[in-house]
Amino acid sequence: MYAATVGGHRYTFDSLATLLGVASPERSGDQLAGCAAHSDAERAAAQRALSEVPLTRFLTEDVVDRDADDVTRLILADHDRAAFAPVSGLSVGGLRDWLLSTCVRPDAAQVLTALAPGLTPEMAAAVSKLMTIGDMIAVSSALRVVTAFRSTIGLPGTLATRLQPNDPTDDPTAVAAETLDGLLMGSGDAVIGVNPASDSPGTVRALLDALDDMRSGAQIPTQTCVLTHITTTIDLMDAGAPVDLAFQSIAGTQAANDGFGVNLAMLNEASAAGAELARGTVGDNMMYFETGQGSALSSGGHLGVGGRPVDQQTLEVRAYGLARHYRPLLLNTVVGFIGPEYLYDGRQIIRAGIEDNFCGRLLGVPMGVDVCYTNHAEAGPDDMSTLLTLLVAARTGYVICVPGTDDIMLGYQSLSFHDVLAARRVAGLRPAPEFEAWLEAVGLMGRDGGILDVGTTGPAITALAHGPMAALAGGSLVG
Amino acid sequence: MRDIWEAMRAATDYRVGIGRAGDSMTTDALLDLREAQARARDAVHLPLDVDALARQLAETGAAEPVVVRSRAASRAEYLRLPDRGRELATGIPRRPRPDADAQQMPRLGVVVADGLSTAAVSHHGAPMVRALTEELAGDFRIEPVVIAVQARVAIGDEIGAALGLDEVIVLIGERPGLSVSDSLGAYLTHHPKPGTRDSQRNCVSNIRPGGLGYAPAAATLGSLARGALVLGRSGVDLKDTGPAVGAPGRPALSDSGDPGR
Repeated sequence: MYAATVGGHRYTFDSLATLLGVASPERSGDQLAGCAAHSDAERAAAQRALSEVPLTRFLTEDVVDRDADDVTRLILADHDRAAFAPVSGLSVGGLRDWLLSTCVRPDAAQVLTALAPGLTPEMAAAVSKLMTIGDMIAVSSALRVVTAFRSTIGLPGTLATRLQPNDPTDDPTAVAAETLDGLLMGSGDAVIGVNPASDSPGTVRALLDALDDMRSGAQIPTQTCVLTHITTTIDLMDAGAPVDLAFQSIAGTQAANDGFGVNLAMLNEASAAGAELARGTVGDNMMYFETGQGSALSSGGHLGVGGRPVDQQTLEVRAYGLARHYRPLLLNTVVGFIGPEYLYDGRQIIRAGIEDNFCGRLLGVPMGVDVCYTNHAEAGPDDMSTLLTLLVAARTGYVICVPGTDDIMLGYQSLSFHDVLAARRVAGLRPAPEFEAWLEAVGLMGRDGGILDVGTTGPAITALAHGPMAALAGGSLVG
Repeated sequence: MRDIWEAMRAATDYRVGIGRAGDSMTTDALLDLREAQARARDAVHLPLDVDALARQLAETGAAEPVVVRSRAASRAEYLRLPDRGRELATGIPRRPRPDADAQQMPRLGVVVADGLSTAAVSHHGAPMVRALTEELAGDFRIEPVVIAVQARVAIGDEIGAALGLDEVIVLIGERPGLSVSDSLGAYLTHHPKPGTRDSQRNCVSNIRPGGLGYAPAAATLGSLARGALVLGRSGVDLKDTGPAVGAPGRPALSDSGDPGR
């Protein structure tokens, strides 16, 4: 039983799961699930009560029952008591003060990195509920999460991008055109990753081959991925397909993962198969995950102890707890994609994007964000500019880019290649170092770190006219 | 030598090779986006002109349509509380399904629902009803069209059960993107009744000129409807010859993103 008094009224909360829900900043998904505060006063009381909860309570009181959920069991098994020691005597409110005091120290990155395995997702979610966007940016910007495969993601002073060249018909030539457009704009250092329209193994294989031809032909130090179901990827790895990264959408409960048709055994298998392939050159992180607040509720997998609905942000952070077990190269939240019944408007999307980035990084997960919205949400391009600017300040590892913000296949708006050029310049950020060296070598990078507008001919175009891209140039540019 | 930018633009409908103003988009490219977004938002938010749709249907020779409303009283409610778009606020005259009789043709109803794009329904609703009628009139008795306002796909279950239909086809506005804001989806359900799962339906998506044309969409739905009669059910067990829907590499779209749910 938890309680606090606000405005002369005493509010009580019967469980940690209930308390976390009521303490959450307002969002439509929690209202839909029935776990949101009924008034601002009740929310304030819940935040007061939550601030007093000792962190050790999170190790004994489940939000999602350990007997019924393999994600909870994995989180508890992975919890590192030694790493937890510096904060083990603190409450949730005390942890907020400790994080904000630590992030101004010269050794902040080191201390916070050491803490990560000592925090459970529920602790991270809880502390974020007490923090402003500014608080979260302050701590997140002091954190360092670095991963590598053929390029290194997350180094200070860098901002990477996923180039997302989708096509409604999975046409390799269309994918090549979009890839070329993105590369000429300095995009693609985190991954060149296609969402296939079809999940058929033959189609996925054709896209994998096309992407790998382009990458290896132009000797681009990045990785490619076709974001198909993990079981399809495992089969394709067995068949000798050029798989760099194994992708899967994951959620924060066993029930929601069942809805995605995925379980821990599949993730273990993919991870082991990737380690065997050893295709990375500068690192061996090879898993890629996507998540998003609301995915558990949308599959009916959002219930916790005693059948109580669990708030969507806590469930989201539990997905990060699952992800970090597999040492992924990349994880991004698709924050504005899932719909207005989960995040109704620009304000809710922005808050969620900053929460996701902060909580993931606090747990040591290499976070990226798909800064995006759908046309039935109350959001627009200005909200995307705002979120990108905040995420740059918070040192997110990467963002997703599509040509001209418009992803026709997925029917939503993400960032444009242009958006990232401008954001990098404003904040003095560079691409991943290996990719930057390649951009310089093909004549795309200016002395000031900007990407040159190279027109239609020259060494850069020639360097890129390989594989499916050669078809675009009518073959005349090759050799 | 061929201009590579032209080749890129010819290879995809995506906005490639749109030029730069410094690091940023050109004014023209930005205004194109603004216009496209305005169309998409209007497709979501402008109310369906029911009278105009009824007139269009009358012009195709269809019987007087029945108009029903869901429990979602406004667009905001529809977007926030998906379940309300699945339930009828207004009654519909009940006509229980008669006992099976070899002499009687199976009964099929078409529901035209606004979904997430009223533009899709006002542009393609009536011509698609006509195409379906031409395709199916030989095998089914086609019931008067039901127009459903603030509706999701599952509203067809309640309507179909009340009318005692053997098959219901729900035509519904799909979530608008920037490049396509008036795409129509069609969902077939055999023996519709409340509580039908999404896996028990078949979907044909992207119906519009420039996407899947009316006649091919109707032909696919016709073969699905006839197949469902033979199989005794619709859904995953029924071979779907229509285009694939959904994006496997993403968390499933929410109820509001996919009006079928």
